[in-house]
Amino acid sequence: MAEPVISISGLRKSYGDHEAVRGIDLEVQAGEVFAFLGPNGAGKTTTVEILEGYRRRSDGEVSVLGEDPQRAGREWRERIGIVLQSGRLDPYLTVRESLGLYAGYYRAPRPLDEVISLVGLEEKADVRTRKLSGGQQRRLDVGMALVGDPELLFLDEPTTGFDPSARRQAWDVIAGLRDLGKTVFLTTHYMDEAQRLADRVTIIAGGEIVARGTPEDLGDRESQPATIRYREGEREVRVETTTLVQTLNELTGEALRAGRDLDGLEVTRPSLEDVYLELTAPPEESAPAAEEASR
Amino acid sequence: MSALTLVAHQLRYDQKAFWRNPAAVFFTVMFPVVVFLILAVVFDGSTIAVDGGVEATTYYVPAIMALSVISATMQTLAMTLVIAREDGRLKRGRGTPMPAWVFIAGRVGNSIVVAVMMLALLAAIGGALYSVPFPWERLPELLLTLIVGAASFCCLGIALTAVIPSQDAAAAIVNALLLPLYFLSGIFIPEDELPGGVIDFANHFPVRPFFEAFFSVYVPGAGGAIAWHELIVVAIWGVAGLVLAIRFFRWTPRGG
Repeated sequence: MAEPVISISGLRKSYGDHEAVRGIDLEVQAGEVFAFLGPNGAGKTTTVEILEGYRRRSDGEVSVLGEDPQRAGREWRERIGIVLQSGRLDPYLTVRESLGLYAGYYRAPRPLDEVISLVGLEEKADVRTRKLSGGQQRRLDVGMALVGDPELLFLDEPTTGFDPSARRQAWDVIAGLRDLGKTVFLTTHYMDEAQRLADRVTIIAGGEIVARGTPEDLGDRESQPATIRYREGEREVRVETTTLVQTLNELTGEALRAGRDLDGLEVTRPSLEDVYLELTAPPEESAPAAEEASR
Repeated sequence: MSALTLVAHQLRYDQKAFWRNPAAVFFTVMFPVVVFLILAVVFDGSTIAVDGGVEATTYYVPAIMALSVISATMQTLAMTLVIAREDGRLKRGRGTPMPAWVFIAGRVGNSIVVAVMMLALLAAIGGALYSVPFPWERLPELLLTLIVGAASFCCLGIALTAVIPSQDAAAAIVNALLLPLYFLSGIFIPEDELPGGVIDFANHFPVRPFFEAFFSVYVPGAGGAIAWHELIVVAIWGVAGLVLAIRFFRWTPRGG
């Protein structure tokens, strides 16, 4: 297997007495979209800013594109693109000029028209950024990170605070990055966002990793009790089972023998959202600490 | 790509953004011109008792030039850098391969371009309306004074960002520092109207020495030589600003 693009082991970060990241390990492979999912204050931004070289770690090993971000220089920065959690662009430059400014920072920038169409801002190319909607500004943020044609892209909560249509457009842009062969490290607190975009998801809560896997097998949903529902006349019947196949066979067999139907028969597993909420539910006493870390 | 190419690239975009920003253009370009015209109209015909008597209109050309240079450098830099910092643009820029100093160099270059332009504009207005001669024969002295002043006030502007917590506070803090100094330094009120103690007090701050140094090379009969003593005071302030800027300048937003 090729060397991972990102590898972290035993990463810790403290702010004074508060330990925001408490010894995490993870690896991200080339070409994958990796989602780092967790509630506010879980340690996502701290971790991603350590990977981006903005913050210094307290302990542990970090390698990004084969280098330690704390010591990496210009060559390394040519290969990464960063979309920060918040930030505004120069209000008096147009979309094309903003991208042009950044293109000048890189040795081999992507053609501007290509970037503009990647983020779907063709109609707004010559509009000043102050006239863009929040969603359009965010897509331009992604464009600014893409203009240097990086191998690895960091996106810190790219759709927080968006309306559904703006989110969907941002998702289309991010999904398009995979087709370009980019490695994407995405932080989010939306389960559906991770589910929709990521190849692999790692969940962080209270500075520790609480689950990891693909969006499908996350939280070991296969082994959790499934729920069977159907109606018997007016009555709603609900059966929870860990032996789904057997229970279902018994129920349907009985119904067939009796010559009746199972109206509204439906089998559900806990949704990813349910698993996520359960995994990240904070213990009562640690809630204020989590809040502090989100500042 | 050479460092110089990068700085030129940055400067080109900073210039675009500057000229499209109505607040920046008003305060840095229009305001000094309007103030000069008002003062010139009000005091036209009177003589100010410095260096054996100077016409008021002649006095105010270097006075408002000094104000313009300070406005284009210290004021513009402090305000635009705080806005860029709080917008997260400084932080974003640090995530690119561009060396951090290029960003600062672009902004300083922008300030100097505007300062030189204001000098030319005020010289032209003073010459055309009030026949105030431009000191061509002392151009090297004038440029040296301008360079030392512009560089020092740039450093002070960058240092000042460290004590400005937010975008909203930027204009208030900068004006609270500079406006009283303009009054106390003889820039708005002619210095022969000011009590001696006021000038002595103002001599400790950089505005008054810069104005004096500028006046000395600009106005015929004011000596014509470089006012070394005043220029050194300005430079000491500049170096202090540079040290503080290097120590306390921050790239990440303070609020939020």
